[in-house]
Amino acid sequence: METEEQLIPHLFRTEYSKIVAVLGRLFGFEHIETAEDIVSDTFMLAAETWGQKGLPANPAAWLYTVAKNKAKDHLKRNTIFNNKVAVTLQQNAAEAYETEIDLSGKNIADSQLQMMFAICNPIIPTEAQIGLSLRILCGFGIEEIADAFLTNKETINKRLFRAKEKLRHEHVKIEMPATVELNNRLDTVLTTLYLLFNEGYYSRSQNISLRKDLCLEAMRLTYLLTGNAVTVQPPVYALLALMCFHASRFEARTGQQGESILYGEQDTSLWDKELIARGQQYLNKASTGVQFTKYHVEAAIAFWHTQKVDSQQKWESILQLYNTLLILEYSPIAALNRTYALSKAINKESAIIEAEKLKLDDNHLYHCLLGYLYTDIDDGSALNHFEKALKLAKTKPDKKQIKLYIKQLAEHTAKTN
Amino acid sequence: MQFSPEQMQGILGQWRNWIGGIAAQNKLANPGNRLGVEGAVIRKGGIVTDGPYAEIKEMLTGILVVRTETLEEAVELGKGCPIFSAGGSVEVRIVIPTTME
Repeated sequence: METEEQLIPHLFRTEYSKIVAVLGRLFGFEHIETAEDIVSDTFMLAAETWGQKGLPANPAAWLYTVAKNKAKDHLKRNTIFNNKVAVTLQQNAAEAYETEIDLSGKNIADSQLQMMFAICNPIIPTEAQIGLSLRILCGFGIEEIADAFLTNKETINKRLFRAKEKLRHEHVKIEMPATVELNNRLDTVLTTLYLLFNEGYYSRSQNISLRKDLCLEAMRLTYLLTGNAVTVQPPVYALLALMCFHASRFEARTGQQGESILYGEQDTSLWDKELIARGQQYLNKASTGVQFTKYHVEAAIAFWHTQKVDSQQKWESILQLYNTLLILEYSPIAALNRTYALSKAINKESAIIEAEKLKLDDNHLYHCLLGYLYTDIDDGSALNHFEKALKLAKTKPDKKQIKLYIKQLAEHTAKTN
Repeated sequence: MQFSPEQMQGILGQWRNWIGGIAAQNKLANPGNRLGVEGAVIRKGGIVTDGPYAEIKEMLTGILVVRTETLEEAVELGKGCPIFSAGGSVEVRIVIPTTME
C-alpha cells in the first residue's frame, strides 16, 4: 500500500506528461509555457487540496477535470486578447474554445507521439532534445534533469529556454511529419531515445533510482512508437529489444555502495527473465523486412549478453557482431568491447596486439581494458595502465572502481608470486 | 576450391576480423565490395570480350578504402588481409581527393 508521498511523485510525473502533451499540441510551441503552467497550477492545487482532504477516489480523473477547466478558462479570458493579436492565433483559439479538451487514452497517446516528433527535431542540439523530452514528455523536474546530466539547474533552464525559442522561431508544428519525411525524422527520434536510455544506463549520477527511471521512460516512449501503424517499424522493435536486454541486468549491475559490478561478476539470479523474454519477442519482430540498422546489431549483441553460457560460440558471435557494428559506424566503446570479445574468443595475447592499435590513450576505459588484458601476462604493464586510467578518470565512482582494480591486481600478483 | 560450412565460417570470420580490426581503429573509410568472377572488358571501338583479362594471372577480387596519415600506415593495415593464405596479394593506392578548394 503506497503512502500519499510515494504515490504523488510518480502520479504527477506520469499525468504531467500526458496532460502537457494534449494541451501543448492545442496551444503550440508559441504558448507551450502556458500549457506547462496550467498543469503545474493543477498539481499545486492537488497537493494543497489532497493534503487537507485526502486522495480523491480517482486521482488522475481529478487532475484531468481541473486541468481542462483551467485551460478553458484561460482560452475564454484570452479570446479577446487573441482576436486583437495575430490572425494565425485566432484559428487555434477558436478551435480550442469550441473543442472539448480530449484527454482520452487515444488522444493522449497520439499527442505524445506528435510531441515526440516535434521535440526530437534536428534543428535543436541533441542535449536539448533529450532535456525537452525529459521535461515535456516525461515530466521530470529541472533539478532531476540537472542531476541526470551532472550539471546545474541554470544550465538546464537555459538549454530548454533556447530550444523552445528555436522551435517557436522556426514555427515547428506539433504534428506527425509528412510520410516522405517520416523515416528521416524517425531516425532522429530513435537516436534521441537511444541517448536518453544511455543517460540512465551509463550515467555517472549517484541517483540510482533516477537512472532507472530514465531507462524506463526511454522504453516507455519507444514502446509508444510501436502502437502507431505509421511508426511501428523494425528499427523501433530492434531498439526496444536492445533496451529490454540492457535493462534486464539493472539490478545486478550496481552493488550496495553504488559501485558498478562487471558483467563477469554479476549475480545472474538478479537478471530479469521477463525483460529478457520480452526483448526476444521484440527482436523477432525486428527481424522482418529489409531494414538493418545498428540497433539490430546492438540488440543481437545485447541478446548474447543475456545468455549466461561462457562458450566459444558466444564470444565468436559477439566478436563478429562487433565487427559488423564497427563497419556500420565507429565508436570508441564498440572498439573496446570488440577487443574484449576478441580476448575471450581467441586469447589475451591477440587482444593485446589489437588493443595497442586502438591508441585511445586519453580514454580511461582503454587503460582499464589494457590493465585487464595484461593481468597474468605482464602484471607490471597492467598496473601501469590501471594507474593511467586512475589519472584520466573524471568522476568519483570511476576512480573508486579503478582503485578497486588496482587493489585486486595487487592481491592477485601477491598470490601468484 | 570447395569449403565445408565450418571452413567457410572460418574464412568469412577472418575477413570480417580484418575489416573489423581496421574499423576498430577508426581507419575504415569504405568497406567497399568484393568483386564477382564474371565480367567484361571493353576496348576502343566498342569491342566487348569476356573479362577479366585472361592473360593476367591476377584478378581483382575486392576493394576497400582506408583512412590513414601515410601510405606506410595503409600498407601496415593491408598486411593483415586474409588473401595471402590463398596465394593472393594486396595493392595499395592513394585515393585522390575531389574536394573543391
